[in-house]
Amino acid sequence: MVEVSTANEVAQPASFEFDAESNAAIETILKRYPPGRQASAVIPLLYVVQRQMKRQTDSAWVPLKGMDAVAARLGMAPIRVYEVASFYFMFNTKPVGRFHLQVCGTTPCWLRGSDEVFHACKDAAHVAGYGQTSEDGMFTLSEVECLGGCVNAPILQVDDDYYEDMDYERTVQLIEALRRGERPPPGSTIGRQTSAPEGGPQTLLDVPGE
Amino acid sequence: MAKVTVDGIEVEVPNGVSVLQACEAAGKEIPRFCYHERLSVAGNCRMCLVEVEKAPKPIASCAYPVADGMKVFTDSEMVRKGRRGVMEFLLINHPLDCPICDQGGECDLQDQAVAYGLDKSRYLEEKRAVKDKYMGPLVKTIMTRCIQCTRCVRFATEVAGVPELGATNRGENMEIGTYVEKALTTELSGNLIDICPVGALTSRPYAFVSRPWELRKTDSIDVLDATGTNIRIDTRAGEVLRILPRTNDDVNEEWMADRGRFSFDGLKRRRLDRPWIKVDGKLRPTSWSEALGAVAARLKGLPGERIGAVVGDLVDAEAIVALKDLMGALGSRNLECRVDGAAIDASRRDFYTFNTGIAGIEEADALLIVGANPRLEAPVLNARIRKRVIAGGFPVGFLGPRGLALTYGHDWLGEGGATLRALVGGEHRFNEVLRAAKRPMLILGRGALRRPDGAAILAAAWKVAAEHNMLQPDWHGFNLLHQFGGQVAPLDLGFLPPEGGAAISPSIEALWLLGAEIDTAAIPAGAFVIYQGHHGEAAAARADVILPGAAYTEKDATWVNTEGRVQHGRLAVYPPGEAREDWKIIRAASEVLGHRLPYDTLEAVRARLAEANPVFAGRGFAPHGCTERTGPAGDAAAVADAGFAPVPGSYWQAEAISRASETMAECARVYGAAQIRLAAE
Repeated sequence: MVEVSTANEVAQPASFEFDAESNAAIETILKRYPPGRQASAVIPLLYVVQRQMKRQTDSAWVPLKGMDAVAARLGMAPIRVYEVASFYFMFNTKPVGRFHLQVCGTTPCWLRGSDEVFHACKDAAHVAGYGQTSEDGMFTLSEVECLGGCVNAPILQVDDDYYEDMDYERTVQLIEALRRGERPPPGSTIGRQTSAPEGGPQTLLDVPGE
Repeated sequence: MAKVTVDGIEVEVPNGVSVLQACEAAGKEIPRFCYHERLSVAGNCRMCLVEVEKAPKPIASCAYPVADGMKVFTDSEMVRKGRRGVMEFLLINHPLDCPICDQGGECDLQDQAVAYGLDKSRYLEEKRAVKDKYMGPLVKTIMTRCIQCTRCVRFATEVAGVPELGATNRGENMEIGTYVEKALTTELSGNLIDICPVGALTSRPYAFVSRPWELRKTDSIDVLDATGTNIRIDTRAGEVLRILPRTNDDVNEEWMADRGRFSFDGLKRRRLDRPWIKVDGKLRPTSWSEALGAVAARLKGLPGERIGAVVGDLVDAEAIVALKDLMGALGSRNLECRVDGAAIDASRRDFYTFNTGIAGIEEADALLIVGANPRLEAPVLNARIRKRVIAGGFPVGFLGPRGLALTYGHDWLGEGGATLRALVGGEHRFNEVLRAAKRPMLILGRGALRRPDGAAILAAAWKVAAEHNMLQPDWHGFNLLHQFGGQVAPLDLGFLPPEGGAAISPSIEALWLLGAEIDTAAIPAGAFVIYQGHHGEAAAARADVILPGAAYTEKDATWVNTEGRVQHGRLAVYPPGEAREDWKIIRAASEVLGHRLPYDTLEAVRARLAEANPVFAGRGFAPHGCTERTGPAGDAAAVADAGFAPVPGSYWQAEAISRASETMAECARVYGAAQIRLAAE
């Protein structure tokens, strides 16, 4: 039987209200859509909810009441918001740890060693496996589909940040750092310039006129 | 028009229709799961694949528009192979539990698997299982059987107007449900069972009861609301096992309200199945001859003006005309059929019928609802209003309690009387809307006429109609919405007291109640009460003689719905025990009373009906305009300020049959709280 999270299985907060910061964000977002098409803002607003939960409870997830609040704000039927929120794995419908470790397991990352990253996460963050949260509530480990950073595979996404070119060692170091309260700069962990080749540019070296 | 060739058959179809519809026009059957004529096109089951000339791959015919000169093949090798592939995928996760599935025998998947299914499975991996969902006391779910056609989602959203069902999660994990566990808040939930092409949504009360091939199917008419829904009563061994809607585009399309569909278990409970007679203040069972003898003993020699007769809300036209003739023979004109006290003016038929017609709603372009809650009084008719609202350009003004969930957006104009007077005065903002409309209509709830100023409300509503272009030679926009299927026939037959009279007065010494649940306190003390009917409540307890009658499933009867549409229901099961068809009881009583009624057969009674009112000679409903604009008697200015109260009581237990039903009692328990909340909002 497939594990499917449903709203009824999770302890839900009794209420949810947008705070000032969220309200400001919503105002900006809604301006992007023509009048009468506000329902298009459902995905950005769900992110607003998730970020507010992170601020308020240190766990970035979208509770049911938050979905209802989005529905009310956009004039949609709540079920239409539930459908969107449950469809995208970027929205956590269950509480997560302080750090959400998202290991990309799609083919390019897997070929480049995402299994190592997964094991490192398990070992360093003391998480039993995918979909689990460590006992101290610090880390939740998820497997995600392609993050679109294949050039710098394998990728480990922590909350909203990509850490690229991971291996076992660097994953452990990253998690230790997070545990200490540090936040290493996101991006390539081997010093690669964006997605340029390892060790510096290989082509277009002869710039005309130089 | 586009010319399309389907398997060599040339058909001409309107531009924009789908290939599937063109194939049907050519008489070719296309298998489908997700496609439904009355719902939007989803195109997600892929079962309706056909081959189109020059198209590189099979196309889903339900979602593909026709083009002129298109050549379609519905039975080519490519099509068969494609459909077999689709079927194989559908069956990958479908459980092989047909032997214990209630859909068995009437399952689209089962039928089509015969044509396109493989005889063995090539799938060796783990199958998916889905937790069952709770959708209320009427719909049973076995979600592992779901093939995710999303018909139920579209029905709930589009037709029922309660967007509570959805497809959550995705891919392998996609599930149909409400996400938050709750009973669907609709009075049309039974239709989900009909539209589900597999056994995922089945009837809870009918679970494991019967197989479709064991059932005897009888066409009839639902009378538990005034829509006049065409139904099919499925019976086995003299017992009603389920009730399904029949398609009638003029009345109910193919939908049916839950009370009519599920309250039939009330037909077996609390029945009057033998004659009773009161001896020394206590009712005791008796025989027909003794009961009728007691009636004769009391009524013989009594002057006509001391005898009264009242008919209830669920009585067929045959019984009414028989009772009217009997009362005429006894010299009594103390007749009444408006047990709810509604101030209906029966002097003209268009004063008390739904003149626009249910299908006519779709031609209207503005609506004013006065003191009715169509959602609870006639859910299927309400779905028609919703359909018209969705089509656009249909402003709805509503006079009644604020914040009712009617399933469509409406402009709340006011609580009641005061606003109605303003509308008559022509100074309300909604007057402009009505004036701008070409075919506006007005729905007046029968419940609004119960008030002391009911006659004034009727006159005022008519006046609004007359002054806003609703009464045209080819358009009649004045509509009275009744609540039960037996409320129009007695008006057609004039089962009413003469001007200024009343059926029950202190001088009454004998009272014949034909299925009439009246306030027993109004019956003079000492009066001899005859109760004839199928369910006995307070009025039956007060009776001196009880004559057991037949319910609507147990007789060949004529019914008139709120439109004034004459329809015939057929006997599906025999009445229980000693109970008999009502007109026959009255015919038998007339003999004992010495005033033998001149009809012995159903044909003869129907001939008498046609003689009493020519509408009974025909069947159906003729769309009509309004030629006579004079309104009903009543002073439109005398409307009191009071707001229109919501219909008292629960939707689920509105009449005797549903009050006796356990299924409806369960619904009232589950939905009772929800309805109170709706009212408070």
